[in-house]
Parts: sequence; C-alpha cells; structure tokens
Amino acid sequence: MDMIFYVDDDTLIVSLSGEIDHHIVPKLRSDIDDEIGLCGTRDLIFDFAGVEFMDSSGIGMVLGRYKKVHATGGRVTIRNAGRLVKQILDMSGVFTLMEYEDTEPET
Amino acid sequence: MKKNYIKTEFEALPQNQGFARAVVSAYAAAKDPTVEELTEIKTAVSEAVSNAIIHGYEKKGKGRILMEMEELEPDKLLIRITDYGIGISDVKRAMEPLFSGLPEEEMSGMGFTVMESFMDKVLVEAKPGEGTVVTLIKCLDTYYDL
Ligand SMILES: Nc1ncnc2c1ncn2[C@@H]1O[C@H](COP(=O)(O)OP(=O)(O)O)[C@@H](O)[C@H]1O
Ligand SMILES: [Mg+2]
Repeated sequence: MDMIFYVDDDTLIVSLSGEIDHHIVPKLRSDIDDEIGLCGTRDLIFDFAGVEFMDSSGIGMVLGRYKKVHATGGRVTIRNAGRLVKQILDMSGVFTLMEYEDTEPET
Repeated sequence: MKKNYIKTEFEALPQNQGFARAVVSAYAAAKDPTVEELTEIKTAVSEAVSNAIIHGYEKKGKGRILMEMEELEPDKLLIRITDYGIGISDVKRAMEPLFSGLPEEEMSGMGFTVMESFMDKVLVEAKPGEGTVVTLIKCLDTYYDL
C-alpha cells in the first residue's frame, strides 16, 4: 500500500495504491488526519486509481474522514474507483454524501 | 469424499488477512474465474478473516483461524472460515447492514453485507464463548469441458 499526498489550493488529494484492508486502514486514516492538520486544507479528494483491492475497511476510512472534513465546512470527493471498489462504497450510501468523478481514461 | 479439499490454519494476526487472500486466490485461480469473480472471492474472505481477528479474538487474545476450501461442483466453490473466539450472540442482528459491535472504531458494519453481495451463499454459525463458522459459497460463471 502506497499513499501520496498532493495539495491543490484548498484541497488535499490522497492518491492511494495497492491493497486496502483492516490491517492497513488504521495507519492510513491517522496519516491522512495528520496531513490534513499539517496542510490546513478544507476539501479532500480520495483518488483510488491505483487501488487493486479494497474490502469494507475502506468505507470506514472514507466516512470517518468525511465526518471530520464536513464538520469544518469541507467537501470530500471520490475519484477513479474501479467497479468493485465503487460498488462497496455505494453499498453503504457513501455517494449520497459525496461526489464521484473519473479523471483517468478507463482501461 | 470431499473434492480437492484443502485446509490451512494460521494465527489470528492482522497481517494474515493478506495471506488468506493470497491462498484463496491461488486456490480459486485454478478454476479459471473472471478477474471480477476472483476479486469478489478475495473480498468476502478478507471480510470473514478480518472479523475473526478483530471481533472474534480481540477481547480473548491470541487464537487460530482455520480456512477450508472445497469444490462442491466443478464450478462451485466452498470456503469455510472458523475461529474459536467470542462467538456471536445474535447472528441475525450482526448480519444487518450497518450493524457493528465496534462503531467507535470506524467499523462500517458492512462486512456481512459485502460477503452476501459478492458470494452466492453465506452461512454463519456461532456459539457465544466458543467461536464462529462462516461458510461462503461461490458459483463461477465459467465454461468447462464435459
Ligand atoms: N468472527 C466473529 N466473532 C465475533 N463477532 C463477530 C464475528 N464476525 C462478526 N462479528 C460481529 O458482527 C458484527 C458485524 O460484522 P460486519 O458486518 O463485518 O461489520 P464490522 O466488522 O464493520 O463491524 C461485528 O461488529 C461483530 O460484532
Ligand atoms: Mg467486518
């Protein structure tokens, strides 16, 4: 699992790759929270383009960050998720709370 | 006589979720599933194994997880995950979408829902204090020679 952060104006972009499971999620969420605190950005984008595997642990990671970002008036966007990742996020109603977008051509 | 029966037992450690996925993936790959079917199987196994580690053994401490795999029919696989942890007192409630015994830990309560949407059948047997057995059945949409 690799995670790269980019800052674009008032938005923190979290680019994820590899496998997301309950083993790695506690580290991911604390790293993301630290980075938000450090950069002081308002909005957050999760980019799933490089994610090869994700189970329901990803839902908690996304929703937990949403609660924090939303509390300070920010928006969360999900980007470039594969079909099954999208399906898992959709099962819990994630997309009623945040936007989805594709920025990479489908392969 | 069980067909192509394989079992593996491992310690209930968080890093072994990846091990369990790799094992079931290697087992199922021999049946020539689609990439999507393989991911669905891996995801369901990941859910069952993480539950055994996080919920089954967290309060009880160390423990072991048994994973059994079997071919029911040429295109029908059974995977059974057994733990000897705290068990579940109300299985029906535990399987409801969004129910989690650990919501404060940012657990989504969607593990069983994911298993049920990705597999054809999910059976849960649990005894409080003795453990939990999760049986997953997947019918593959493959073609094979008669
Ligand atoms: N192997 C297990 N041993 C004990 N309790 C379990 C086990 N599997 C599931 N549970 C219980 O069922 C609940 C729902 O599981 P699940 O749908 O995977 O959601 P989550 O893991 O996000 O809480 C868990 O929170 C837990 O209380
Ligand atoms: Mg779970």
